[in-house]
Amino acid sequence: MNPWSLANPLAALVLAPLLLGVINRIKALFAGRTGQPLLQAYFDLAKLLKKGAVYSRTTSWVFKAGPVTGLACVTTALFILPLGGCPAPVSFTGDLVLLAYLLGVTRFFTIAAALDTGSAFEGMGASREAQFSVLAEPVFLLCLAALAKITQASPGLPGRDALSLSGLYGGLSLSVWAQGGTALLLASAAMLAVLLTENSRIPVDDPNTHLELTMIHEVMVLDHGGPDLAMILYGASLKLWIFSALLAGILVPVRSGYALVDAGATLAGIFLLAVVVGVIESTMARVRLLRVPQLLAGAGVLAVLALSLSLGR
Amino acid sequence: MEVVLHFLIVVLILTNLRLLGTSRLIACIRVVSVQGVLLGLLPLLVGTGELTTRLWLLSLLTVLVKGMVFPWLLLRALRTANVHREMEPFVGYSTSLLVGLGLLAGSLWMGGRLPLPVPAPSSLVVPLALFTILTGLFAIVSRRKALTQVLGYLVMENGIYAFGLAFARQEPLLVELGVLLDVFMAVFVMGITIFHINREFDHMDADRLSALKD
Repeated sequence: MNPWSLANPLAALVLAPLLLGVINRIKALFAGRTGQPLLQAYFDLAKLLKKGAVYSRTTSWVFKAGPVTGLACVTTALFILPLGGCPAPVSFTGDLVLLAYLLGVTRFFTIAAALDTGSAFEGMGASREAQFSVLAEPVFLLCLAALAKITQASPGLPGRDALSLSGLYGGLSLSVWAQGGTALLLASAAMLAVLLTENSRIPVDDPNTHLELTMIHEVMVLDHGGPDLAMILYGASLKLWIFSALLAGILVPVRSGYALVDAGATLAGIFLLAVVVGVIESTMARVRLLRVPQLLAGAGVLAVLALSLSLGR
Repeated sequence: MEVVLHFLIVVLILTNLRLLGTSRLIACIRVVSVQGVLLGLLPLLVGTGELTTRLWLLSLLTVLVKGMVFPWLLLRALRTANVHREMEPFVGYSTSLLVGLGLLAGSLWMGGRLPLPVPAPSSLVVPLALFTILTGLFAIVSRRKALTQVLGYLVMENGIYAFGLAFARQEPLLVELGVLLDVFMAVFVMGITIFHINREFDHMDADRLSALKD
């Protein structure tokens, strides 16, 4: 293991809450407001950590385990996440499946904690989260499968493992884009839809609404407070970072061989994606709840098309 | 050139899927119009020989007729009929998309197996043609409104046209022009029929015609 590769998860741990700040700033800009400070998410986290937590007498250990497990899984996932061409500290064949299921475990514990409160309102949010993630997860895996197939033939780094995340992203380059650009574009579009769904962003869920009947993620964490809520907020920003890094790794195929240049380009890509998410949130309306599965089915169609194009070559 | 052709074909495949997944009739007509324009660009990109006047004429006529005249005729029919949505199709939209994926997989599988008289300009042209034909056929059998069925017919014809385009340099211009004229007449007549169906029955659900007895 290359000690420098530890910079990847470190950058994520430090910079992830800044993504939320960028998104909020862009939204404020569109609305003509000054907006929160860029570092507001850090201030919120510091404030929440200083508070104590209140637990209802009806909840059990599951409720307390939710935020902890969630943060632990997402942090583990950071260690197999490559930053563009820079390989992750840990990589092995098939770690893309591990990534998908680490995120799955996070979701499972969030849902279990929400159900543990016994509130009908939180149960509703949990049921929606489960429904949408059932649709989003296959799309995510199909995207990664298409990417693996596209980059399979590319030379990339010597001795890379084409079925691990680091090997997969190391194999992407401008020449791969020139050959299979169409399939890569389709996969990126599908990945963007997954990013917006998994992070409860606007066409699927509105992160700003509290106590509204249509919300999904926010409703599940209503009963958490203090350090628990801080862990949930931090975990959510890390999750946003993971998906942004995966998408930026495809869209910014800078593989110069100099680690600093590659990492810098991908970081710029991640923050540009935050800007894009902010623009989407400011210009689009949330789609009706019944239409969300259709949206995800459309993303699935794009992913399948990307996969079949890469298989046909 | 190869990359542009590839990209164009993928966009054409996406227009087909979009047609299956939307309920607004105006959006459907627009999709078919975009498909017509893209199909018109196809003969300029396939093959390696020089661009002859014949090819330019073919391309221009296709864009004009399939991309502009047909949508205009159908939009006029839509305005007189005063309907905007395909309500209650026989197969729902998400299911239609899934069926579309199945059709696409089938076409990709079959496209690689058909023996062709001349080598195709891209490995995707024949699957595209098959997929477009099948999509059109599916739209005809799964939708209720006469207008969507006309669109299905048009898409099916687009598929046959795309198949011909793959070998356009071998095909006489007269045949292509004849086909275009036939389709033009068909759409013209169907536009009038939609208008009359709508005037007589206050709707244009074609499935109720089967209940007619003498």
